[in-house]
Amino acid sequence: MKVTQTIDIKHITRVEGHGNIKISIRDGKVEEATWEVVETPRFFEAMLVGKKWENAPWICGRICGICSIGHTLASIRAVENAFGIVPTGQTGKLRLLLKHMETLQSHVLHLYFLAAPDFVNAGSVFPLIESHPDVIKRAAKIKLLANDLCDCVGGRRMHPTRTVVGGFTMLPAKGELLKFKYRLQDVVDDLTRTAELFRQFSVPDFSRETEFVSLKGSGEYPFIGGELVSTDGVVRREHEYRLMTNEYMVGQSTSKWSKLSRQSFAVGALARLNNNFSFLHPAAKELSLSFGLKPVNHNPYMNNIAQLVECVHIVMESIDLINGMLDREWQESRQRVVPKEGIGVGAVEVPRGILYHCYEFDKEGRIVRSDCVIPTSQNHANIQHDLTALAEQYAREGKKDRDIELLAQMLVRSYDPCISCSVH
Amino acid sequence: MNKHEPTQRTYLGIPVPRPKVAFFELSSCEGCQLQLVNNETTLLNFLSLVDIRAFREAMTEKYDDYTIAFVEGSVTRSDEIERLKKIRATAAVLVAFGSCACFGGVNQLKNRFQDPAWVKKEVYGSHPIETNDTARPLEDFVKVDLKIFGCPVKKEEVEKIVTNVVLGKTIVAPKYPVCMECKANENTCLFDLGEPCLGPITRGGCDSWCPNSRFGCWGCRGPAVDANVEQMQEVMKKHGFSEETMLDRLECFGGFAGHAAEMRNNIKAK
Repeated sequence: MKVTQTIDIKHITRVEGHGNIKISIRDGKVEEATWEVVETPRFFEAMLVGKKWENAPWICGRICGICSIGHTLASIRAVENAFGIVPTGQTGKLRLLLKHMETLQSHVLHLYFLAAPDFVNAGSVFPLIESHPDVIKRAAKIKLLANDLCDCVGGRRMHPTRTVVGGFTMLPAKGELLKFKYRLQDVVDDLTRTAELFRQFSVPDFSRETEFVSLKGSGEYPFIGGELVSTDGVVRREHEYRLMTNEYMVGQSTSKWSKLSRQSFAVGALARLNNNFSFLHPAAKELSLSFGLKPVNHNPYMNNIAQLVECVHIVMESIDLINGMLDREWQESRQRVVPKEGIGVGAVEVPRGILYHCYEFDKEGRIVRSDCVIPTSQNHANIQHDLTALAEQYAREGKKDRDIELLAQMLVRSYDPCISCSVH
Repeated sequence: MNKHEPTQRTYLGIPVPRPKVAFFELSSCEGCQLQLVNNETTLLNFLSLVDIRAFREAMTEKYDDYTIAFVEGSVTRSDEIERLKKIRATAAVLVAFGSCACFGGVNQLKNRFQDPAWVKKEVYGSHPIETNDTARPLEDFVKVDLKIFGCPVKKEEVEKIVTNVVLGKTIVAPKYPVCMECKANENTCLFDLGEPCLGPITRGGCDSWCPNSRFGCWGCRGPAVDANVEQMQEVMKKHGFSEETMLDRLECFGGFAGHAAEMRNNIKAK
């Protein structure tokens, strides 16, 4: 039987922000498949104009509640690059540890609370609290550890307070870090169980050849700064980010869209993994391969598994980072900041993909222009093209209405979109 | 949620009703809602206290029979006014949840520009985009019954407030400033560390969250009762901080909007 159906989802749930899915299929032919973003713009780039440099990280962290640490760090990096400040090794390691914990809490939030309910036919995580208490307690335990360690290093799990241009206002107590090391070692087993859980879920069979963009690792799996790379072979320097993002406006979205070598590209955990697989921690690499995930994987639903793989990598690397800190004496936490005229770019891999902040300063350190390119805004065009291909594939195969509706929502959720962030 | 009714809670032997609550967001980072799921140790207990009828960020099911509505974010587009009015018509209690809802939050930083058209053009160029000229707090459009301050809100404070709403207790926001909590926490004064701080004039209740990390207060919770902003200016000046530094903090979250506008005009007049 040929499929005829209309799907109209206003404000898709279990994602951050406001987006709509519209699909219309008649006699097995897709007439419309649209990913709309209706989020209100907040105009962060305009807000910053005329403000002194120290405002930027504090205000820009507020672009996003989930990845406020990533925004703060990208903002700080942009300011430091403009002023020619090179962070000390100690600061770099603390920032990476903080970044890792934000990614861990965000991935766990997405995997368990936002994505998993789809695989067990639940509308939210709440019924699972009673039906699968152990699973939810495990998720809460990992998330709590990540958030607690964010508090310890960044001062606060959301809109951090210790992260400033030049370093940190305060350093964590070593005794605390030692306890966190034990807690990190303890969740390795919980991540193994998480993998067992996700192994029971069947990942939808859908692929569409895609270009993937991320930071380019050199010696390690990259998170903060460095060169930019795409699976189509494009390599650029950090300050040339605009050549990677090529933002433009479309009628169906209040967020900008991006493109590179093709009509769209993807960023996020799957993009990072596709570009930097060889730099994953051995345990993470092994887990990835056990799920059949190796580069270049073109199934967007596998982003969930890529997040899981990154959780393992992050926990392992964080243990090493803490070991390194415990072995050495703390040094001065904060460098002096001398503003100067110029432009600075900060590229940071946040949970949902590569994030760029760019500021131009006058000689007193006031912002003349600013630009923030958000991971989800880079993904919107790709979500659109995936959605079209998905609707066509399933209309052809004669899937049931409810299946297509669910799979379309799962597709959008697999990108873990941060929509209010993408519009900012 | 419906399928699994948790055990009836009691307080001093009396059954406690589980109020039907709903969460909504206007223009915001959704961080305040996230704060609720962000304290994993007490989350499950907290959830047993209320019956969540709508929470788009976390659940697909949605019911329109709530009595308490938590609204995060500020109003920046006309369709949000309509949504807000609908929520107001349904809810017995409407809570402005976080500083964006209470004062406009960081979103209101765009209000300081003379020309709203420039703001649009700076971000979107010639592409048409719908937005109101100013970002505004909820109470500019509907009656607000309760305000929970902070950017972000403090989870412990939210839980205390919600528990008190459930138990029918009176809710009183602290009248004293952040500075008092900071002293009680035995922190070194930020001014002694060479950092500016709005702790002396900002409403407490956050347990001096930022100063505890040696980061000066930016006034996200708005003015304390009897805040002496003029004296604050003197203190800042005495410690060598410019009017611009004071203004940046004063105008960041909108709680001091009147004071900030006055100060901005004074600086311009010079």
